[in-house]
Amino acid sequence: MAEKIGIYIDKATFDPYLDVDQLVEKIKNRWGDATPVIKVFPLVASDEARKEIQKDLDSGAIDGVSIVGPSPREDTEYFDFGPKVVVDRVNLREQGIMAYKNPDGSLLKPGDETPQLLWDMVMDYINMSVIKLQKSAAPEGEAIESVKRVLVLGGGWTGIHAALAVAEAGYEAVLVEKESELGGYAAKMLKSFPINPPYTQAEDTKIEEKIQAVKNNKKIKVYVGTQLEKLSGQPGQYTAYLKTAKGEEEVEVGAVVVATGWKPIEPKYLEPLGYGSLKNIVTNVEFEEMAKKGEIKRPSDGGVPKNVLFVLGASDLYEDIAKQEEEEKKKKLEEAEAKSEESSEEETIEVKFEPIKTYRHLDYTSEVTSLTALKQAGYVREMIEDSIAYIIYEHMVTPGVYELYYKSAQDDPGIMLTKGKVTSFYAGSNENVVVRIEDNLLGETIEIEADLVVVPTGFVPTTALEPVINLEYRQGPAFPDLDLFDGYADSNYICFPYETRRTGIYAAGPVRQPMTLARSASDAYGAALKAIQCIESVNRGVAVHPRSGDLSYPKFNFVRCTQCKRCTEECPFGALDDDEKGTPKPNIARCRRCGTCMGACPERVISFDNYSVGQIGSMITSIKVPDNMEKEGPRIVILACENDAYPALDMAAKRGRRWSPYVRIIPVRCLGSVNTIWIADAMSKGNDGCLLLGCKYGEDYQCHFMKGSELCNRRMQNIGETLDRLGVELERVRQEQVAIDDYDRIPEIIDSFVEDIIKLGPNPFKGY
Amino acid sequence: MSKSILVIGGGFSGITAALEAAEVGHEVYLVEKRPFLGGRVMQLNKYFPKLCPPSCGLEIQFQRIKKNPNVKVFTLAEVTSVSGSAGNYEVAVRIKPRYTAPRSCDLSELAAKLAANVKNEFEFGLSSRKPLYLDAPFAYPGRYVLELEHVSEEEKKLLSKSPFINLKDEEKTITLNVGSIIIATGWKPYDVTNLTNLGAGQIANCISNMQMERLASPFGPTNGKIVRPSDGAPPKKVAFVQCAGSRDENHLPYCSYICCMASIKQATYVREQYPDAEVTIFYIDLRTPGRYKKFADKVLADEKIKTIKGKVAKVEEDIATSDVWVTAEDAISGNKITEKYDLVVLATGMQPSLAGESVPFDVQVDEEGFVFDSQDKGIFVAGCAAEPLDVMKSAQSGTAAAMKAIQTVRGR
Repeated sequence: MAEKIGIYIDKATFDPYLDVDQLVEKIKNRWGDATPVIKVFPLVASDEARKEIQKDLDSGAIDGVSIVGPSPREDTEYFDFGPKVVVDRVNLREQGIMAYKNPDGSLLKPGDETPQLLWDMVMDYINMSVIKLQKSAAPEGEAIESVKRVLVLGGGWTGIHAALAVAEAGYEAVLVEKESELGGYAAKMLKSFPINPPYTQAEDTKIEEKIQAVKNNKKIKVYVGTQLEKLSGQPGQYTAYLKTAKGEEEVEVGAVVVATGWKPIEPKYLEPLGYGSLKNIVTNVEFEEMAKKGEIKRPSDGGVPKNVLFVLGASDLYEDIAKQEEEEKKKKLEEAEAKSEESSEEETIEVKFEPIKTYRHLDYTSEVTSLTALKQAGYVREMIEDSIAYIIYEHMVTPGVYELYYKSAQDDPGIMLTKGKVTSFYAGSNENVVVRIEDNLLGETIEIEADLVVVPTGFVPTTALEPVINLEYRQGPAFPDLDLFDGYADSNYICFPYETRRTGIYAAGPVRQPMTLARSASDAYGAALKAIQCIESVNRGVAVHPRSGDLSYPKFNFVRCTQCKRCTEECPFGALDDDEKGTPKPNIARCRRCGTCMGACPERVISFDNYSVGQIGSMITSIKVPDNMEKEGPRIVILACENDAYPALDMAAKRGRRWSPYVRIIPVRCLGSVNTIWIADAMSKGNDGCLLLGCKYGEDYQCHFMKGSELCNRRMQNIGETLDRLGVELERVRQEQVAIDDYDRIPEIIDSFVEDIIKLGPNPFKGY
Repeated sequence: MSKSILVIGGGFSGITAALEAAEVGHEVYLVEKRPFLGGRVMQLNKYFPKLCPPSCGLEIQFQRIKKNPNVKVFTLAEVTSVSGSAGNYEVAVRIKPRYTAPRSCDLSELAAKLAANVKNEFEFGLSSRKPLYLDAPFAYPGRYVLELEHVSEEEKKLLSKSPFINLKDEEKTITLNVGSIIIATGWKPYDVTNLTNLGAGQIANCISNMQMERLASPFGPTNGKIVRPSDGAPPKKVAFVQCAGSRDENHLPYCSYICCMASIKQATYVREQYPDAEVTIFYIDLRTPGRYKKFADKVLADEKIKTIKGKVAKVEEDIATSDVWVTAEDAISGNKITEKYDLVVLATGMQPSLAGESVPFDVQVDEEGFVFDSQDKGIFVAGCAAEPLDVMKSAQSGTAAAMKAIQTVRGR
């Protein structure tokens, strides 16, 4: 905890609207010995200022630094005085002077007397900074000795590449494959569509060479015919319980790459394509197997097909299934809602795993099925003399460089590419298949009688069918929220493709998204990097993304714990397990430092060295609330998500937007960390309102901690009772969903909230 | 021998590659030609399919950079020569003068006093700007840049009085010793002036998809209002012309990957702002790979968004109204379509930034300007420098490139 705080003021921030010498006097009067050093610089982000601050630290004159001036988002790296020094930034440039307007909307003018409201605001923010520093210690981190070994689940193309990537980076890999051999689907292929430039020819996958490389690599230990029964522990220190042919085995690993790939979609989803009812309709997987054996044959009679038709487009045939699934989904949602209304308070921690099955997996595989049809049409042409291959497509999904492969297929006169929708299949003579095609480029319905028809296969991710990672976590064995991604172990974030809700476990290849071999190999490298990065971060005692490098972590004061389980339930990352009594057992290496547990705890059990319920509570209660709201205006506390809402406020100011001078903005790690005690603190001190600015939640949520803003919203709904007891109106607390680019909207949100509060009148608690 | 990694290009792929390597523990130099990081992503309004703002991810990335001393960023910087071999490269980097004080002084008032006489390339010519500027309110570094060549003598006198301007700032060259290099030089929109049948960039109300991003962006030239450049009128009828340059032997033989999804996304921009507006998308194939299909289906269920399979043959200006005539053949009905639209958006393709450029070191570059990994040289490629990709795959590819670079420098 800082005791001697140095305050360093940026004159450029205040000139010519506020006299910094007077400011220095005010701070001295308020804080006395607590702030032994107060210095003013023309520009605080200068070498001169930095040197002075360093000198004051070195001499022991101060042990905490408060920089009064630009936003903490500016020159951040410049005010880093090492891990032992606590630094706070008082944002009085962007969110102070630049954003200031008088209650009547008029602006500051050079030469005018500084309005009392501006003085109050400036002092409130500086006071809050001093308190924050007094209640902050430099976090030391809790390093966990990591096992420098990565578990790679799945020994197919992606898993093999991941294991090699890990080993080449100097770490050990444990490669676990369910089947008796490595290679997965790639080993069952005759060839792949292009993997390398110039992307015009199908290629040998050369997977045997890769398998050999794995077997020869001393850093890779291979387990075939093996299942992961259980994964317990935390990043850096996982124990994988393996079930091998010989028995059970335990392996210590630091992180995990999930490369368990895909399964072909269930045959029932191919029924609309005639599969199952006509003998000479096969899937592209079955066709590949035949080609690999060198025997492309008709299932009906073993004859060699001379004309083979590949179906890619038949969307009309899926209308019924689509409708049916839509209805089922709706029904499920309604049931879930009814259920949650019944038991709004009681939530079961453990999420039961439910398989996700949908015809959509077929749609989502369009790129791979398009490329596969082109490749297999090539097989037909190469392996069968005088053959013709038809490809019927609605959209030829060969994006990017694969256009070049599509083009090279067009050069073969024996490959007939026809745009159209297949609308029915029926038996022709000699068990041939007649395919009816509409909406084609010929302008009329056509029928083609084929010796053999090949229909596409959907990639169903293994994570849609079973838990796969089999975690021994209180929140359940699988990745949560998989339904958002139709069962794929994908990231919710476009910018961060490897984000999962289970720290240290990263998915790659078709289990993450349907993808090609080339992309899967690259994906394996990326996931392998994330795995070793997690191992190294844990080893240094720092958080991984998005608070990468953060040394702070939640500390639990169990003496006060009432075993309410809220923290265990609400942690978006499943960081907490518990014992029989329900006492939480934190696993720091699983934690991402969002503070959701801190926000959840009604007993103030959880705190970070530099972020705590007491700290923010004291900051809130230090805000000077005038007794007479009508004369001096209301006071409103804004708790703003530091990742999105807070930067948006900076940008609003930079764009010349201004907002009410009655608000005081406090950044929080995530709205998930907002404890309802803070709202009670604010209200009991006479503040007139509290506005929470957080991210969008729901299906396309934008919260970087997944559930933070959603959980906060739920807590605020539950706070009603407390407020009621206090005699405070519900309308005084509001949460808004904003995005970082809402900079033109947020000032309006603030101003309209302030107006509503003024209309509502003063907080009944004022003056007590 | 060096364990450091050089990343060339500070767009999303490069930033990702740099950060992912740095967070493993490696020292990384990130070199960007422009005055700010962020690349093309800075110019996008929203991402498909979540319709979330790209600045949200950039904010996190910039925070990661600010808090990680392993990453050293150089802006206005270009690699001029590279010598050596894997594990031991000597790289010369030329850094242009910025003429402003280090760190984030607020120079907005000073900038306001200068004439706005520079064509704004960041806005694709949709506006002009001051010669003292930040690209965006979230630009990183948050430090103004002065373009001295656009400043009058009188303005120079004014500028010289500011303690935060250094007119004597000079170009300098630094030398970096690195073990591995990641090329993340990204892409540029295909030059529309080559598309003579599509107006060659001469028709006011026929804009490119990247211009559409700027029009829709809340910090763009119209503060996010989608209007016709000719008269500022709200468009009621908008056409999107797919494959403007892509999938075309005479221009770009490959598919640019993102344009179908980008147009579908942009159709939502139009429909959100103008509930009565009609949108038509002319396409060859709608390429919505993977789970993007879900988003496409949702958007295309809107009755006011129509798709027509047919390549647009011609785009012409209606001189009297500044409307735009689009001629295409509906491939399914076989009918020739000639329709007038208020606004036409060309789904302009993606060309590697290195197309037509000389690369100061020995790597394999194809005819189109795409670069390939050189394992033995310890030089790797991330993002759209290697192939057309969307943002998620660029980030993925940047992470993979970081892994390969780490393997190269490890143990050296």
